[in-house]
Amino acid sequence: MSTQTAPAGSLLTAHDLRKAYGPTAALDGAHFSIHPGEVVAVMGPSGSGKSTLLHCLAGIVTPDSGTITYNGRELSAMSDGERSALRRSEFGFVFQFGQLVPELSCVENVALPLRLNGTKRKEAERAALHWMERLEVDDLAKKRPGEVSGGQGQRVAVARSLVTGPRVLFADEPTGALDSLNGERVMQLLTEAARSTNAAVVLVTHEARVAAYSDREIVVRDGKSRDMEPAL
Amino acid sequence: MNVWFRDLAMGARFAVTGGREGWVRTVLTAVGVGLGVALLLVTTAVPNAIGARDKREDARTDLRFSVTQMPKADDTVVVAMADTEFRGTSIRGRLMQPEGDKAPLPPGISAYPKPGEMVVSPALARLLGAEDSALLRDRLDARIVGTIGEAGLTGPAELMYIKGVAGLHPTGYPVERIDHFGNAPEPEPLDPILLLLTLIVVIVLLMPVAVFIATAVRFGGERRDRRLAALRLIGADGRMVRRIAAGEAASGALLGLLVGAGVFLVVRQAASKLELMGISVFPQDIDPAPALVAVVAFAVPAAAVAVTLFALRGVVIEPLGVVRTAKPSRRRLWWRLVLPLAGLALLYPMLGQGNENGEFNQYMVTAGVVLILVGVTALIPWLVEAVVTRLGSGPVAWQLAVRRLQLSSGTAARLVNGIAVAVAGAIALQMLFAGIEGDYTKATGEDTERAQMTVNVPASTETSTLTAQLQQALAKTPGVASVTPPLTSAGVGEKPHDANEGASFTSGSCAALREVAKLPSCKDGDVFAVRGASYDDSTDKLAKPGTTLYVDPGYDKVKGAAVPFKVPAGLKDARPRELPTGGDRGGFLVTPSALSEAAGATMSGDLYLKLDPSNPDASDEVRTAAAQFGPLINSHSMVAMERVGRFDSIRTGLFVGATCVLLLIGASLLVSQLEQLRERRKLLSALVAFGTRRRTLSASVLWQTAVPVALGLALATAVGLTLGAVLLKMTAQTVAVDWASVLAMAGVGAGVVLVVTFLSLPPLMRLMRPEGLRTE
Amino acid sequence: MHPAYTHEVYTVCTVAPMSIGHTLLGLLESGPRHGYDLKRTFDEKFGHDKPLHYGQVYSTMSRLLKNGLVEVDGVEAGGGPERKRYAITEAGITDVEKWLAAPEKPEPYLSSTLYTKVVLALLTGRDAADLLDTQRSEHLRMMRMLTERKRKGDLADQLICDHALFHLEADLRWLELTAARLDKLAAEVASR
Repeated sequence: MSTQTAPAGSLLTAHDLRKAYGPTAALDGAHFSIHPGEVVAVMGPSGSGKSTLLHCLAGIVTPDSGTITYNGRELSAMSDGERSALRRSEFGFVFQFGQLVPELSCVENVALPLRLNGTKRKEAERAALHWMERLEVDDLAKKRPGEVSGGQGQRVAVARSLVTGPRVLFADEPTGALDSLNGERVMQLLTEAARSTNAAVVLVTHEARVAAYSDREIVVRDGKSRDMEPAL
Repeated sequence: MNVWFRDLAMGARFAVTGGREGWVRTVLTAVGVGLGVALLLVTTAVPNAIGARDKREDARTDLRFSVTQMPKADDTVVVAMADTEFRGTSIRGRLMQPEGDKAPLPPGISAYPKPGEMVVSPALARLLGAEDSALLRDRLDARIVGTIGEAGLTGPAELMYIKGVAGLHPTGYPVERIDHFGNAPEPEPLDPILLLLTLIVVIVLLMPVAVFIATAVRFGGERRDRRLAALRLIGADGRMVRRIAAGEAASGALLGLLVGAGVFLVVRQAASKLELMGISVFPQDIDPAPALVAVVAFAVPAAAVAVTLFALRGVVIEPLGVVRTAKPSRRRLWWRLVLPLAGLALLYPMLGQGNENGEFNQYMVTAGVVLILVGVTALIPWLVEAVVTRLGSGPVAWQLAVRRLQLSSGTAARLVNGIAVAVAGAIALQMLFAGIEGDYTKATGEDTERAQMTVNVPASTETSTLTAQLQQALAKTPGVASVTPPLTSAGVGEKPHDANEGASFTSGSCAALREVAKLPSCKDGDVFAVRGASYDDSTDKLAKPGTTLYVDPGYDKVKGAAVPFKVPAGLKDARPRELPTGGDRGGFLVTPSALSEAAGATMSGDLYLKLDPSNPDASDEVRTAAAQFGPLINSHSMVAMERVGRFDSIRTGLFVGATCVLLLIGASLLVSQLEQLRERRKLLSALVAFGTRRRTLSASVLWQTAVPVALGLALATAVGLTLGAVLLKMTAQTVAVDWASVLAMAGVGAGVVLVVTFLSLPPLMRLMRPEGLRTE
Repeated sequence: MHPAYTHEVYTVCTVAPMSIGHTLLGLLESGPRHGYDLKRTFDEKFGHDKPLHYGQVYSTMSRLLKNGLVEVDGVEAGGGPERKRYAITEAGITDVEKWLAAPEKPEPYLSSTLYTKVVLALLTGRDAADLLDTQRSEHLRMMRMLTERKRKGDLADQLICDHALFHLEADLRWLELTAARLDKLAAEVASR
């Protein structure tokens, strides 16, 4: 399937990833590559290993074997601290739920990744407000996550994932807890924002209508990936 | 009634089948309640234990300090005190010489030991049998023919012997003739300061336990509320779920009763092996009054249920979840201040009473102290909230912790309540001890530079020979650096009976006399008058050559030997000098040739010894050597400061107790911390995913514990110092802050925070692993 | 590239005529069969309530013969088309292969065609999951187009596109479900 060398121009590539949790193999020879500005949907039935693939690609989980190259750098050669730093500055994350810190206000939540990078509070919150405006949730700045609706919360989460200007945005079932209308809106805002910043988006989803916002999809089944080049 | 039973039983089942959380919750509740119960039981048993001890002590009383001696009869016994000391522990010793068949037996023995035999307490038997007790064996070398039973002992660890002797002459204390043991002394009122101490110790130890129990029954409250909501969904009504919750709490408390009873029994058995302040108790003495036991057995579970229902008062459990009706209004200060102020008001009238009429109103003291300590628990939520809302934002870890505290300051405050009460109480108590200890630690005036021990030979015709022999023997005893030359002394007056003037009458060689006065010159046959000693104006009046004085005059009913002594014409003057025992001595100094034999027989001998500080057994060597010259020879170790060591053990005990309470509270902090972390595992994983440093999250956990604990400790220190000052004022002591103990308690508090944080780190790290991100 | 695409004749639980050829070809892959045998197997696996006519088998087979996709392997005494034994040719195998690999144009009521394809793939030992993935990809391509149009269009466009998207999504769900049940299906197909 894929070649050992990364395809030309790709930002993040993975080759022959294997990862087992105990006796069960979550990944069993998965490949992946993404270009800047590209939205790739990772699809597959539940338990197929798509979340594990995302976690490996984002450097949250180290695969048992295989290589992941980001921007010419080998992820598995980095220390945990370096990978954390990479995640703080180059990657953004949106999850299905449970990602906003309940005791921080929305704007503080959005500013959090910048603050983790050492940005001053005022400056971080100004940048946060900018992104909240783009995602049309700036009026929620002072509210706590518990006081906003699921769709609004998810948009806050998207704003947070974009606030550091990431090169890669990892979205794991970002609309999983939302109804169609809110889900569509979140996807629209997310992909638009990502395209405008030329960020790559790794979008894990099992929903076809969400995957339809991607440029391309790869299918993970039984830990093996299949790159579906558009037919024709 | 039936419904109640059913629901309570269901709650009880949840308490043990609620999975791991349920168990941890139940066990912690049980441990907390158990310790409280054990403490309560021990506390209620203490009066009985002391009573039983005192009763036996009274029953064996022998020496009466009576000035006249009863005539010899067939129902009398001569008793002499022959207490000694071995390695700093005192041994109660009695020489007994029954004078007829009907002589009364002291409690605990069935027959008198014959002369040259002795009976010993079990503890002394063990000590004598120990390998390194050779010095004691040599001293108490009579044959052991029996054991003193419990009836004759105050406690299992008491060291005591009764030795049979012959040829004792009752001359008054310490050798007396009696016809019965035991007396009915006036019931002495308990030292008010001691009463105060006891009350405060009990309150200080019990309050945090009470607070802990209150916290423990709230463990896992959210989880329980959810479970109760699920029960509502399948048709339980509001009152049913409340009863079920009560059942859950009560079963933890009941389990705690069992734990408490078990701990109590263990402590009771262990008590026989324990010796505190030289006091040991028999297990059977620790016997709480049944009524009190019943009260404890009822009150503790009832309190647990009450706390649970109280905690649920602002909560409506709906089928679809839990609604808190009590709107979290801003906490008000005024009523929280009422409690401690009311406590102070109760204590105020008693200021300074410790020294005067010495009466404390127990109820007012208890209520006052309890109110002040409860005031701490009321003030902390307000303080935590007030401070936390004002805290600015700092680094991310700080921000996370502060925001968390702002959202749920009540939970945080509840958790530190116990710590705060324990620390406040402990600080106050430590201050009280430190103050009282100052009183009890007194300079004895003994000069330990010149001598560390005195040996006293009672008056007899052989006193001077015996003293001289003893002096020689002691000079050769290991550990003795030097012995003063032998001196004998008695009193002297101008009349044979009821003299108006009295001075001391000392005899010895010139060298020996120089130890007690500055002599211009000295040869055998000289008599000196020492003028100018402190508190002595009699010598001048008596020292008139040619007058007859009487050595050992009688007073009141006591008939003295009253041996005439004519002040010689060649009376010389001497100046006083400081004695090895401190102070100085006036009166007459008589060289051996100037002393009549009759006068010599009234005088007792004294030797002053310097010991080799490198020999720890020196004083025991001396005692053993001296004992060879007769059981009535009294050896006394001198100390510069007579420090009442028992306060050390109380302080240590208090510190240990407070530390245990803090650890217990630390455990509950840890449990709630872990519970909170578990509920946030998704969030934690998400935070890790976007690059949060583990350090940041660990620091946030630390702050989250440290901030409320620091606030609690600050408040506790303030309240503790205030309470301590008030208590010291009550006992009329000078108020001084025992900073060492304040620091120690604060340190233990800080240690608890660190330990809790440290122990919650591994689970935190585990929860931060990306597995938490996997969606179900 | 996909000459088999026509739009008009789909009915529920019926296999389109041009697919009958591929289906019968597929059935022949497991070994030469008589015409009658073919009809019976077809009816069992795919016919359900609408069995094939002998005439349909005869005409289809003669077309396949003419195109060189099958050959006559032997004739049994008694004559008649159903007595002929047919065998698949190399060209026939390639044709089946191509047909299975080519995704169907995303259409409503596609399930019967897809079902036939899946079963045939299973019968002939081909990777049915692959087939489903290819089909999903095709569906997604269509959905991407619709999503793009929706993004640029007005509300009416959006509503129309959404209608199509929901239908396609339903198909995709069926694909997922089928993919998840392939093992079970394979066992069932093999047992019949």
